[in-house]
Amino acid sequence: MALTDAQLTDSGLPASGAGPILLIACGALAREILDLKHANGWDHMDLTCLPAKYHLFPDKITEAVREAVAKHRDTYDTIFVVYADCGTGGQLQAACTEMGVEMIAGPHCYSFFEGNEKFARQSESEITTFYLTDFLVRQFEAFVIKPMGLDRHPELRDMYFGNYEKLVYQAQTDDPVLTEKARAAAYTLGLTFERRFTGYGDLQTALQRL
Amino acid sequence: MSDEDEIILSELDDEELVQQMFDDLYDGLKEEIEEGVNILLERKWMPYDILTKALVGGMTIVGHDFRDGILFVPEVLLAANAMKGGMAILKPLLAETGAPRVGKMVIGTVKGDIHDIGKNLVSMMMEGAGFEVVDLGINNPVENYLEAIEQEGPDILGMSALLTTTMPYMKVVIDTMVEQGIRDDYIVLVGGAPLNEEFGKAIGADAYCRDAAVAVETAKEFVARKHNQLAAG
Repeated sequence: MALTDAQLTDSGLPASGAGPILLIACGALAREILDLKHANGWDHMDLTCLPAKYHLFPDKITEAVREAVAKHRDTYDTIFVVYADCGTGGQLQAACTEMGVEMIAGPHCYSFFEGNEKFARQSESEITTFYLTDFLVRQFEAFVIKPMGLDRHPELRDMYFGNYEKLVYQAQTDDPVLTEKARAAAYTLGLTFERRFTGYGDLQTALQRL
Repeated sequence: MSDEDEIILSELDDEELVQQMFDDLYDGLKEEIEEGVNILLERKWMPYDILTKALVGGMTIVGHDFRDGILFVPEVLLAANAMKGGMAILKPLLAETGAPRVGKMVIGTVKGDIHDIGKNLVSMMMEGAGFEVVDLGINNPVENYLEAIEQEGPDILGMSALLTTTMPYMKVVIDTMVEQGIRDDYIVLVGGAPLNEEFGKAIGADAYCRDAAVAVETAKEFVARKHNQLAAG
């Protein structure tokens, strides 16, 4: 069955039981990780994803990861958590340390796609930047427009985005359709647009080490 | 709603009108709130009573339903925008009529962070609760906070952050206050989505406030405690 963004958003992706390493990831990273697995022949890694919608409710992430680790830890030799801090305020890192599992470094996926060091270096000059990844461009309505109520109340736009100036589309892939969708998103939010090709950044290097 | 069901605010008695204003705030109807405020003023209500009984009363319901997951951020923003409309009418009148002042707060979003929705809600609810609020806006380095508290002499310093990467800056501000020997002169409250109580304690704040309603209650409690200490001392 084809993997849909709606499925990744609402229910995630179940593990298949193959390989000694399990990646527990955000559903927003599923396609990128599957692509990396396929391109590099990483058959020793299995992938399960939690619903990407937790991106909107970071307080749910830590507990959901805890449950996923508990569920799978007897089946795999190694578990690696492919969530950055993602708004958990350090709680996810603390939970992973307590459970004895590693997680990818960085404050959020925008940072590790760009490369954490580079992202940190430019963060001061980019505080008025709003980031979208491939997944978030595809799911712009589900992750930005609808939860912020902008479909029903477009007048709220400047309350949310009035302090922002630029939308950076961090492109993981070369897809002109996504680029145009991202440009339209910037227009909708009243922001200038920049496309920045990042590829998989630190996601690739982190998984390579496993 | 059909025309014949339309509610004429001026035809409602005071109690019905306040109830209707609660509903209108809940639905984020700014013009109706402004109309309601003006009607109550015409009926010789004191501005402070309109603020506390109609506007803050209505926003308290909104706050509870937000906390309980019945309302979400867009609805809260619409309600806040409606309340802001009412407050704009009342604010100059409150100063004229000598409304009670509970305390004073300097508040701002920390350096590197431009998010101000939560901070603005706190500012508004604090004003509604009778606090004078000096809002420093967004992206504030430690110098801004120090200058403002020296100039304004507030009871409370409030700091807000939405990002995991910017929330540690709150500790920079508090540590600088400690170095300068002024930390204990102020009540320090912190808030923002990625924060929690543990973080608030770890950085040396007096309290972490989960939302605007909690911020108001916490501020009142700490200010009352401070006044009691001063009275006893």
